[in-house]
Amino acid sequence: MTRISLTVDGATVADDVEPRMLLVQYLRERLGKTGTVIGCDTSNCGACTVHLDGQSVKSCNVLAVQADGATVTTIEGLAQNGTLHPVQEAFRECHGLQCGFCTPGMIMQSVDLLNNNPSPSEEEIRLGLEGNLCRCTGYHNIVRAVQHAAAQGSSTAGATS
Amino acid sequence: MTATAVDHEIGRDRRRKEDQRLITGRTRWTDNIVLPGMLHLAMVRSPFAHANIASIDTSEAQQAPNVIAVLTGADFGDELGVCINAWPITPDQVTPVHSPMPSDRVSFAGEIVAVVVARSAAEARDAAELVEVEYDELPAALDLKEAAADSVLAHPDLGTNKSALWVFDSGEAGTGGNVEDAIGKARADGIVIEREYRQQRLIPAFMEPRSVVVDPTGEQLVMYSATQIPHILRFALAATTGVPESKIRVIAPDVGGGFGGKLQVTPEEWIAWAVGRRVGKPVKYTETRSESLMSGHHGRDQWQKLTLAAEKDGTVTGLKVELLADLGAYVAIVGGGVPVLGAFMFNAIYKFPAYHFACQTVLTNKTWTDAYRGAGRPEATYAIERLMDELAAEVGVDPLEVREKNWIKHEEFPFTTVAGLEYDSGNYEAATAKARQMFGYDELRAEQMARRASGDPVQLGIGVSTFTEMCGLAPSRVLGQLDYGAGGWEYASVRMLATGKVEVTTGASAHGQGHETAFSQIVADRLGVAFEDVEVLHGDTAVAHKGLDTYGSRSLAVGGEALVRAADKVVEKAKPIAAHLLEASVEDIDFAGGRFSVRGTDQGMAIGEIATAVFAAHNLPDGVEPSLDSDATYDPVNFSFPHGTHLCAIEVDTETGALKMRKYVCVDDVGNIINPLIVSGQVHGGLVQGIAQALWEEAVYDDSGTLVSGSFVDYLLPTAADTISFDIDHTTSPATTHSLGVKGVGEAGTIASTPAVVNAVVDALRQYGVHDIQMPCTPERVWRAIQGGGAGGSTEGAAMPHFDPSEPGQDSTEGAGA
Repeated sequence: MTRISLTVDGATVADDVEPRMLLVQYLRERLGKTGTVIGCDTSNCGACTVHLDGQSVKSCNVLAVQADGATVTTIEGLAQNGTLHPVQEAFRECHGLQCGFCTPGMIMQSVDLLNNNPSPSEEEIRLGLEGNLCRCTGYHNIVRAVQHAAAQGSSTAGATS
Repeated sequence: MTATAVDHEIGRDRRRKEDQRLITGRTRWTDNIVLPGMLHLAMVRSPFAHANIASIDTSEAQQAPNVIAVLTGADFGDELGVCINAWPITPDQVTPVHSPMPSDRVSFAGEIVAVVVARSAAEARDAAELVEVEYDELPAALDLKEAAADSVLAHPDLGTNKSALWVFDSGEAGTGGNVEDAIGKARADGIVIEREYRQQRLIPAFMEPRSVVVDPTGEQLVMYSATQIPHILRFALAATTGVPESKIRVIAPDVGGGFGGKLQVTPEEWIAWAVGRRVGKPVKYTETRSESLMSGHHGRDQWQKLTLAAEKDGTVTGLKVELLADLGAYVAIVGGGVPVLGAFMFNAIYKFPAYHFACQTVLTNKTWTDAYRGAGRPEATYAIERLMDELAAEVGVDPLEVREKNWIKHEEFPFTTVAGLEYDSGNYEAATAKARQMFGYDELRAEQMARRASGDPVQLGIGVSTFTEMCGLAPSRVLGQLDYGAGGWEYASVRMLATGKVEVTTGASAHGQGHETAFSQIVADRLGVAFEDVEVLHGDTAVAHKGLDTYGSRSLAVGGEALVRAADKVVEKAKPIAAHLLEASVEDIDFAGGRFSVRGTDQGMAIGEIATAVFAAHNLPDGVEPSLDSDATYDPVNFSFPHGTHLCAIEVDTETGALKMRKYVCVDDVGNIINPLIVSGQVHGGLVQGIAQALWEEAVYDDSGTLVSGSFVDYLLPTAADTISFDIDHTTSPATTHSLGVKGVGEAGTIASTPAVVNAVVDALRQYGVHDIQMPCTPERVWRAIQGGGAGGSTEGAAMPHFDPSEPGQDSTEGAGA
């Protein structure tokens, strides 16, 4: 067991974890952060995407011990004081989700994309979301949602981590 | 306080009620559920496609840390139950017994032979690796055609791999002529198109892996499952495991997609049920993605042998369909019924005078197959829409022209088809005209000609698909005639709460479709209450105590209509109470906009006020029960028949075989639209799943029966970067057999798009003598087809313009359009 301490969605937490424990398992099983989900075992689907020190990562591809001392933001910490992040609003406004399973990861990746490129082209959006799989929407409305958020100036509107 | 109702909810693009919890992570997926004392399961699965189990040594696993039990099939008796087939398609169907955990022989790679119960999921998985299983490998039946010849048996005790032969013949049914006569005449002085198409095996690949939690504490045993079918699951548990139905509660919490893949009763559910009962503690099993791809049921997997007879001007005179359908190792819950659903759709939107359909279902040592989005209808639509393009090429006319020559004209509805269905409404001319205009059809054809003329290395192909489907499964009487094991009705209830809020339950079980939103819109209109005041409850057999769940684009067309009828009963129950409270006679009470009023006066009461008065029950008419709550069970009188015209433009790099989709236009007629936002989302998602069959996806097995596309590294789900934005629109011919006029939209995009894409690819390459490219149309296959030219540049026997004359029942191919 290794002692780690980190900040998750604004709260300071500390635990003893097995060295093999993945960050996503730590979030779900130890912290109850079940908004972040597991969709595959090969780091293809991106459903588990969170922000680690402000950068998007697939939390199935990070060991919990690697997050020691870091700041993690999950989908559950994205809204601030009850106000949705503009990207969350955009996904609802543009019907960018159906079953919603990929949505936490898709939103976290979209926020990261817009942080790095506030006015992306459609092609840049599509390439920027390439690591996140969705089976319901055909991506059409996800792209619309990111465009909508970009038009609202989302990168400056909400803190992300 | 209750919100204010607006004039019309139906037709509004309401944002979804579901979204708030989904975009904030406040979700209840089955894998999120944690119960006190809960134990975790890990499965030990066979690496072999076919083997006898010689021995299973669980001793080392039993000693592993925090392992509670390691159990095999031999440790259970009848309480383990069996996985059921609900649709024996013929009386003499050969159906292997499907134990959730066989103790003697495994029939596909991935079948469960032992289960480990431990305090954590990680410890269960660790211990599963310590279970020693000795197998005696058996020869495996893998190739569908070879399996159909019984060269190797998937289940030696059955003596054959042939499960059932299901036949429909229009001559015998009296719905049309004799197809052999039509083919004979066409051979003499018409056109005969003979083709063999491959429907590759696909994997539904819902994003939420399947998960099940069983809670045996308390009087009712509770199963939470990531399923599309909680009600059917409850029935099947009761029917096969000896627990009374009244002691079983099944809950489908938030469910992350299904596409038919969660229309199943699974070994994993049955094992969790048995283990939970055995250990007396809650248990959870969540599959890995690899387990999901390997052992969740697959879809499609057919060989289609097709013969189309036509006159020289392109008027079709007959269609003969001979299918081989791979069931996999077991006959799944719908199983062979999937290709049978397609039997009614090969004739599609056309007036074919003669039709013959025969499907042989075949057992193999692969993962079982069952419904995948469209279920039988995509396969049928692919076949006929590919054939119509081949016919157009043979006649030398535009593909839309040959379709128009054969399709049912809008003034001919209702129309009884050669397959015996009555299409109630449609307008193929209108949808096609709109699609042509949106697509810029003539301009793209001109560009195509210019590229051909200039020898451009990038050629343009234009693909057409004018599809229809049967939705709203299904009239119970028809299901009975087809030997399906249940009905096709749906249930709904409307409960008027004391505070004026409305609680709706439905037997449909949403897993991403947006029922909570669309159903709220229907009830808001019907009762004149605010959209926000309606709460839709579903997916829990203790809440919506009966239902037949969600699949086959049925929820709105069947479940929505049940809801309308329940709401109307509420109004009828409220009328005498309103009359009493308003001191008027019932005959003078009108109901409109949520208000009961006395005709000719300004006296009236809102329905919410009546609900409050009924709750108090202080002042009701004599003999009237103090309740407005009502329910309804609706059995559809007919299917509904959405249709549409899909047009696809694809650029083909003839030097590399690379494909680039340039434009995709579809105009679908799905009847009346409750929520256009949700409908467009269903179309987009459906399109990509159908396009993915055409271009990317395939479940591939190696020679020993191992699924080699068993992870998302190898099974090519499209990404945002692979796909384009779509141009979609609608025409509207309401369904005429129920009050909502809706037809269903869940499967339309998937059914229509696959042939549109392949037709586009073939259209670009027809000039090189290419007639077919096997799906998925990979760059390699496209490139090889161009190099091979001639008779289709066939890849792995895909394009077969001439049948083997030595095969029985196959004539020669004079006049064939190859």
